[in-house]
Parts: sequence; structure tokens; C-alpha cells
Amino acid sequence: ISFLLRSTTDNKADSTVVSNVVTHADPIASKGFAVDSSTSPFKLFEFERRVPKADDVFIRIHYCGICHSDIHQAKNEWHNSRYPMIPGHEITGVVEQVGSSVKKFRVGDNVGIGCMVDSCLSCNSCKKDLEQHCPDTCYSYNSTELDKVTPTYGGYSNFITVKEHFVCKIPKNLPLDAAAPLLCAGITTYSPLRQYNVGKNTRLGVIGLGGLGHMAVKFGVAMGAHVTVISTSESKRDDATKLGAKSFLVSKDEEQLKSVKDSFDFILDSVSAPHDVAGMISLLKFNGVYCIVGAPPKPLEIPSILFITKRVIFTGSLIGGMKETQEMLDFCGKHGITCDIEKMEASPETLQVAYERTLKSDVKYRFVLDMLNSFK
Amino acid sequence: MISSRKNISTIPAKGWAAYDPVGSFSLFEFERRSLNDSDVLIRIYFCGICHTDIHEAQNDWNVAKYPMVPGHEITGIVEQVGSDVKRFQIGDPVGVGCLVDSCRTCLPCQTNLEQHCTAGATYTYNGIEMDRKIPTYGGYSNLIVVTEHFVCLIPKNLPLDGAAPLLCAGTTTYSALRRYNVIKDTHIGIIGLGGLGHIALKLAVAMGAHVTVIALSESQRNDAIRLGAKGFIVSNDQETLKKAEGTLNFIIDTVPVPHNVSALLQLLAFEGVFCMIGISSKPIEIAPLDLVMKRLTIWGSLISGMRETQEMLNFCGQNEITCDIELIEATPNMIKTAFERILKGDVKYRFVLDMKNAFK
Repeated sequence: ISFLLRSTTDNKADSTVVSNVVTHADPIASKGFAVDSSTSPFKLFEFERRVPKADDVFIRIHYCGICHSDIHQAKNEWHNSRYPMIPGHEITGVVEQVGSSVKKFRVGDNVGIGCMVDSCLSCNSCKKDLEQHCPDTCYSYNSTELDKVTPTYGGYSNFITVKEHFVCKIPKNLPLDAAAPLLCAGITTYSPLRQYNVGKNTRLGVIGLGGLGHMAVKFGVAMGAHVTVISTSESKRDDATKLGAKSFLVSKDEEQLKSVKDSFDFILDSVSAPHDVAGMISLLKFNGVYCIVGAPPKPLEIPSILFITKRVIFTGSLIGGMKETQEMLDFCGKHGITCDIEKMEASPETLQVAYERTLKSDVKYRFVLDMLNSFK
Repeated sequence: MISSRKNISTIPAKGWAAYDPVGSFSLFEFERRSLNDSDVLIRIYFCGICHTDIHEAQNDWNVAKYPMVPGHEITGIVEQVGSDVKRFQIGDPVGVGCLVDSCRTCLPCQTNLEQHCTAGATYTYNGIEMDRKIPTYGGYSNLIVVTEHFVCLIPKNLPLDGAAPLLCAGTTTYSALRRYNVIKDTHIGIIGLGGLGHIALKLAVAMGAHVTVIALSESQRNDAIRLGAKGFIVSNDQETLKKAEGTLNFIIDTVPVPHNVSALLQLLAFEGVFCMIGISSKPIEIAPLDLVMKRLTIWGSLISGMRETQEMLNFCGQNEITCDIELIEATPNMIKTAFERILKGDVKYRFVLDMKNAFK
């Protein structure tokens, strides 16, 4: 069954009009871009998405952000990769079919899917809306469904079927392309700021101005905090200011760092490469919080006396649960927050370039794949 | 002659001092200040030997000022009080810990966290008074003058010798347990069964916690169980450590020497907290993914403020908790031997110097 979509520029807010309602009864032929080993290039991959069950939502993918985790996993840097792998967990699109018991969504809704597509929904973590900490979390790609057998394939593809619980509404005023990275970069930085009540009187330090860092700045500013960006490169100063940061420091400049010693209530560290964490801790006020959301591969070395004399709270945070992800999206809708993106059609060539540029931090600040137009 | 004037002359005192990082202790005769209106003069009866005394005397942290009279686990009896002193009278059994003064006006001081005074609190020894002129000398001496705010009452049912190490070891571990709000059936781990570890264990058991001790040697198992631990793991026993993964909510790490923190983090359940109170000479290694995947938190905790120290002593009074000690004569030789044995972990579990009978 084919159908016509009114072609939209997704910069408009309206949800897409679907002229024929689709009902799939068989698995849906899908296309994606996959790697079949840690060193091979992306290739077209044909596979099937499941028929929507009673609690499933079937979505046409419009956009998918490229997250640094996609690169880590494509290259098997976490030593847990399964191939073939279709990465992508910053997905936005439009609902094309809903299962019979789906309540929250209707055909035509703008929706998003992040890093998870299922979990047990019955353990303590799931009951506390922390599905990302369920022992049986099913990730959007490089993982399996709850049956522990069916592989999951991510958003560098044209369709996806997801359980209702793991789908979020994208506020109507947010363009789907710039909203896509909210589903991972957004929630990952929003969650710790909320956990620690960052607000009007908070002096917030954001380390790293990349995909995550730039969202941390936007959220921090929207929450009323005084935001300082700490970066390795002077060239990011103007951007930091444009994003609303009140101050900017170059991390290699000892004098600049000394001037802000003991001054931050909360530091969010989104850097994925090795860096001097101990030096950053000394910038915290007593009782300050240092939260890591990046995943540098090498262990950090920190003198224990720093923790003790500053009564530091040193912690990490992992994405966010579904309830919080929806809350974050609603917050973005209310404040008109989206990500700064560079959009491109997906192809083996563009993916290679995007990956190389991401590794060099040469993007302001997220690549977003135009999946709607990638399988012509 | 009895005079209503304040006693304006300083008070002669004797102590055992280290004069350099290597040498042994020798007699040091010095002056305690004459009492201000809020001061308390204490005849020191006992002083515990803390591992920090060794770090400081041997200049491990490059901040030593000699001559140094260590000692910050002090108990004794009040001999004289200044005219404004309200909480103490002559004859009271009292204790002094790691702090003898602070600015009292900054936010930490105002919120009962004097140890984090932004002006720099005055430590009981190897420190400097708030006037930034007079050096401080600690409890390896016969008397001390301390401002009332930094003196605590020892519950009458606690023996002064067994109570002395509570002033540092006790309060440091109590503070960490209370900060986490350890209550009945909280599953906690204590790393190290030394001065801090053994008192952490007693306090945690009294709070109702289910305690697992992780220590260096199988030979410590019996003591751990005797002191109330429900579980015991030898720290290099990989197999048992693996089986215990994710079973603890809170861990107190008392170990003051380099050790594998990463391996111990695995014992924590989701949102678990790892509280460091021992200070090691080498940096600790932490894998960020460990913190991220289970939302673990690392705390550092530094002694406690004065209000909590008194609260801890009262708790110990109510629960009849004191430290397991080895009481020794306060002589240079005994101090030297004690230092050597502490470095080998050969004491159950704190040496306490008998200062009452010293300098005779």
C-alpha cells in the first residue's frame, strides 16, 4: 500500500498530513545504513521492522542525529558491538500506525525516540521512571529486544516500530530536524541539571562545547544559571557567548583557571577525550557537584585529598528515563530550545565524512541525517 | 593569692615533639595561652595516636612545621574556665578533636561545618591560630587551652581512655554514616579494619546497618564478626568480590594508602555512594563509565563539625561505644614503636597515650 505525504519543510510546526491511513499486517520492508564490522564503511542494509503490536507505534523516520556514541559503537570501542549495526538513537519522525491499545499517540503525531526501545517495566529502576538503569534495558541499536534474541537496529533507517512507552511527543513548535539530538544529547545534559536543582543561583561550569556541551549551556541558561564554558580552544568563545554563557575559559590557561578556583556549584563534564579532571575539581566550591556524562576511555586519576577537603559530590549520569525525556522535550517546547545542527542526507560517503568531522570536533554542534530523503 | 583579675600570664606546658621528619620525639617545653573569657583549660589525660599524626610528623604532605606536637584525639578534665564559659565547669570530662578554632562567620562555620571554614580552620596541631601568628600544639602534651565552642563533653559512662579516639576516628566515621543516613538494614561496606574501620563498624552496627567488612587479611575475619559485621571479604579475593557485586548501598573507605578503588566501586548497587575518608598519597583511579552506568557517587568526608562531634559522643554514650585501644606510656620510645606498628597495621585498633602519667 502506498500513500502520499504532503511534502513538508519540517521547519514548519504542523504535523504531516497523511492522505491514506496505513495498516501494516506483515513485517515492513525497511532500509538502513549499517556497518558489518568495526572497520568497514557504511552500506545499504535491507531488513524488516516488526508489525506493530497492540502497544506499538510505527514511525516513519524523518531525522536522526549522529551521536559520538554511534562512533564508539560502530568501531567497537566499548568491546560489545554486534554486527551488522545500524546506529542512531536521536530519532524524530511521524506516526504512521498505532497499535490497538495505544493511547498517547495518533497517526500524524510528531514523535521522537532516544536510546532505549524497551525495558522490563517492573523492576525498581523501571518503577522509578529510570528505565535506563533496568538490568534488561533494550537499547535502540547494538542490543536486543527483551527476548534477548531479536537484534535492534537504530535510526539511520526509514522506519521503526517502538513500544508506546518509549516514544515521546515532540512539541508542535519544535522543528523535527533540530529536535532530533534532544533525544540523547538533550536528555543526557538536562537530567543531571534537574537532579541537582540547577537554577537561578547556580554557578554552572560546562566543560566541553560540543554536541552535549552546547545543550548544557542552553539548558543552564534557560534554567537561570550563571554559565561558564571551559574549553580547550579560544575559538569557541564567541559561540559560547552567543549561546548565553556569561563567561568562557580556556582550560590550558592556568591563570584563567586560578581566577575561578572554588567558584562553581556544579560542573557538567561532557568531554569524551582524556582531560585533567583533578584540575577541574579544584574549581568547585565546597559541597560542589561534579557530574560526568561523557565516557572517556581511560580511567581518571584524582587525588583523594581533593574529594575530602572540598566535600565534593562526584557522580555520573546516564541519559534519562522516559518520563524525564518527555519533560525535557516539553521544557524545550516551552523555551523554544533546539540543537544547533548541520543537516545532510545519509549515504556511505556522507556518514564517513560526518564521523571524521565529529572526531575532530568539527561540527556546530550535531550532524543530523535527513532520513526522509535518503532512500530515493 | 586569689585575685579577681584575669590570670594574664601564660601557662607552662610540656609535650613530646618531633623536630624533623625522621627523628624521634623529644621533650618540648612551651606555653599555653592564658585563658580568654570563653576558653577552657584542660588537663590532658589521654591522647589517641591517629595515622594522620604519622603523615604529619613525617612530613608526608610537605606542610610540616617543627617542632610539632601531634595529637588530636584528646580527653581530659576541665581545670579552669573563662568567665563567659557556659557549657563546662571544673571537673567535667571533656574531649578535643582536630579543630581548635575557625572564623565562625562564613557559611560552612554557620552551618556546623567548621572543618570547611573558608578562612582556613585552626587545626589542633601543626596549624596556626586565627590570628595567623601563634602555632598550635596538640595532645601529646599535659594541658591545652581551647575555646569553648571546640570542646565537647564526654558522656560520664564512657572511660576517658577508650573515648579518646572518638574525637577523630569516631567523629569522622560517624559523620559519613549520618551524611548517608544509614539506618536499620542499610547494606553498607567498610573498607579497612583499622582505627577508623573498627569504630565505623561499631557505629554502623549500632545504627542497625547490615555491614560487610572488606579488609586485607583473612585473619581479621573473626574480629570483624565479633564487632558485629554480617559479612567479610578479603580485598584481593576476586571471586567473592564478584559475587558481592551490586549488593551494597554505601561504602566507607578508610584506607590511607594506595589501593584499587575501581574494583570496590563494583560492589555498589544503583545510586550507591562511595565515601572516602582515608587520604592516600597516590591519586585514585576511577573509570567514568562505572559512575555513569549505575549513577554512582563518590564523596569525600573530612572529620566533622563541632555540633556533630558532640552528637556522636552522645550517641556513643547512649550505645556504650568506645574504641578498642592499646594504652601505652607516653614516652618517645613508645611513640616510635607505636608509629612503626601502626604502619604495619599491628594494633587493635588504636594506641592511646597515657598523658596523665607522662612527664613525671
